[in-house]
Amino acid sequence: MKRGNQSEAGSRFVTARRILLATLFAAMLSCTDDTQTVAKLNTLVMADEFDTPGAPNSTLWNYDIGTGQNGWGNNELQFYTDRASNVTVQNGYLIITAQKESYNGSSYTSARILTKGKFEQAYGRFEARMKLPWGQGVWPAFWMLGADIDSVGWPTTGEIDIMELRGQDPTVLLGTIHGPGYSGGQSISKSYTLKNGRFDTDFHVFGIEWGPSYINFYVDDVLYNQITPANVPQNCDPELFNLNQSCWVFNKPFFILINLAIGGNFVGAPNGNTVFPQTMLVDYVRVYK
Amino acid sequence: MNMKTNNLIHAVLLGFICTILPSCERGLSGDADFATYPKNPDVFIDGFSSGLEYRPFAGSKFTAFTVDNQTKYAGSASMRFDIPNVGDPSGAFAGAIFPDNGGRDLSGFDALTFWAKASQGATLNEIGFGNDFGENKYLVALNNMRISTAWTQYTIPIPDPSKLTYEKGLFWYSEGPEGGNGYTIWIDEVKFQKLGTVAQPRPAIFDGQDKSQQTFIGVNSTVTGLTQTFNLGSGEDITVATAPSYFTFSSTNVDVARVSEKGVISIVGTGTAKITAILNGVKAKGSMTIESLGAFVAAPTPPARTPADVISVFSDAYTNIPVDFYNGYFAPFQTTLGGADLTINGDNIIQYTALNFVATEFKNPTVNVSQMTHLHVDIQIREAIDPGDFISIELGDFGANGAFGGGDDSSARVQFTSGSLTSNQWISLDIPLTSFVMASKSNMAQLFFISDATISTILVDNMYFYK
Repeated sequence: MKRGNQSEAGSRFVTARRILLATLFAAMLSCTDDTQTVAKLNTLVMADEFDTPGAPNSTLWNYDIGTGQNGWGNNELQFYTDRASNVTVQNGYLIITAQKESYNGSSYTSARILTKGKFEQAYGRFEARMKLPWGQGVWPAFWMLGADIDSVGWPTTGEIDIMELRGQDPTVLLGTIHGPGYSGGQSISKSYTLKNGRFDTDFHVFGIEWGPSYINFYVDDVLYNQITPANVPQNCDPELFNLNQSCWVFNKPFFILINLAIGGNFVGAPNGNTVFPQTMLVDYVRVYK
Repeated sequence: MNMKTNNLIHAVLLGFICTILPSCERGLSGDADFATYPKNPDVFIDGFSSGLEYRPFAGSKFTAFTVDNQTKYAGSASMRFDIPNVGDPSGAFAGAIFPDNGGRDLSGFDALTFWAKASQGATLNEIGFGNDFGENKYLVALNNMRISTAWTQYTIPIPDPSKLTYEKGLFWYSEGPEGGNGYTIWIDEVKFQKLGTVAQPRPAIFDGQDKSQQTFIGVNSTVTGLTQTFNLGSGEDITVATAPSYFTFSSTNVDVARVSEKGVISIVGTGTAKITAILNGVKAKGSMTIESLGAFVAAPTPPARTPADVISVFSDAYTNIPVDFYNGYFAPFQTTLGGADLTINGDNIIQYTALNFVATEFKNPTVNVSQMTHLHVDIQIREAIDPGDFISIELGDFGANGAFGGGDDSSARVQFTSGSLTSNQWISLDIPLTSFVMASKSNMAQLFFISDATISTILVDNMYFYK
């Protein structure tokens, strides 16, 4: 199904590269491959199809456990666990479930898995096919962090949010990058709104195509944003970078994270209408070069 | 009474038919051609869509609806509704249906949408679709819709679009004055749409509560509190009141309770059954667990009497006087629920629960019982009786002015303590009116049952004065 002509993407921080986009759209519309029409990096280097029931593949995935500092830096309300009631593989899907329960001082539990130290790569096509949860205060994400985060810290390490969604906006996807001088509220972000559908009722493919000088964001067969070094600040802290050098930090290996947060600054707390448990289904995660 | 018996027979008959049907099912021949109806989504864009009619409710202000060419959200015209003031001689409220009596196929849509604003902030009582002044089989109402002076788009989701292959009721509303005052509502661009964002259905019966009740063979009741809730693309939850035909009801024990497609529960045997429902494949929240105690023993049938010798407040044996209510729900101290809403094999019975006190009132007009000698009441206490339990019966007379207050009211009560009460069987009381010592019995208007919560569930039948 072609959704290219239904895009309602609204640029908030980035000037769209209209000519390039137009070219890409034209290429996309002429393509007959129904499942993937915007990406060109086609050599598969890693895939988890979640076909083995039980815990996620331990050669690929770690867990973040607990509440982090200040709710993982965002005042999130959940306690992350590695219990099957929060994270499991069944019927060909990774299932991350947010439960409303008292657990170690938190009111919610959920899970966050990451490939840190197990799969890290610079550049390529990173995508996942997912069906998302919904409701006020529900915050699913498929994202990446710089592999050098422990030595340089955040946001200097860089962050690529391939997919974030506010459960109270079930039709609105956000793709974002954070880096030195453009993190948190100053991050570089763009939303994409499904016109005749929602992200919690069907599976959708969320991905980026990342090269040395660009990150393309797409959902299904719609390329809705491109961010380049020209879009980020050009005058980074001289102690970290040379003056007049771009603050682009997406030129080194990153690892993948998948999580379902509850509450926090980005979405606000759940309310009485938020239905629990909430589940996020992941059909696959694939990385190409 | 007869209608209910018929329903039961129908239910039993249907049961037989259903068990027979699979053996004689036949496939459709290639020539079979289902009738189809227009899929026109438009109700009112800038005028009446094809086939649309205006049919105001009886008692409403018939002229409340006009087409307004001045105020509109888009295009050239809107629907304008002038809600009357209290006391408007042309109608106490505004309300109408807008049917297409040729029928439409709305199964390809998921919501009715429109833009609306009003001359003041207000709460519109009911608005929806599925009202055809006929069976109203797929009636949907959005209750208490908040409306402001700014054009706002509204979405009323269809609980299960697959049901609406032949729907006549395209739009309806009903609204009264706000704080006594009339005002104006404009509604525009009324149409059905396939939004694709109406999701996460959460149907409910009994308002989502798991209820239970004791009952008897022959009692009919109705599944109430039917709603469907969706999450809209805006992230907003919206709940509509929903006709029973959208649901598929089931009983865990059809030898105890059966439930019809209209949501009528019929008790047919002794035991326990749970009533649940599904709407379009989604299990509804809420249920009713029924404990049928078996055959109901009716109160003794009152003897035949000359009409002049009886003033009957509540009985199936005599002609009853006009009664205002069997439960006044007197705030704030009354807890008692229930009233004359139990019918067992055609026998009307009053059931009170959570009793502390409750009044039956018959003041229009008040009744002169001064020539009568006795008050008769049949009571059945549906629980064990403890030593401190009692029931008092109090009569209230409104005096010469025939109205509550005014300094001429009088009342008196007679108390029955635990020693004179038995549980789960009818207690027939014939109380001499001389036992009620009060200034007047010529303007009788109230009859109270009082237990101060010592006894909480009672059945009452055959309340009458006689001589």
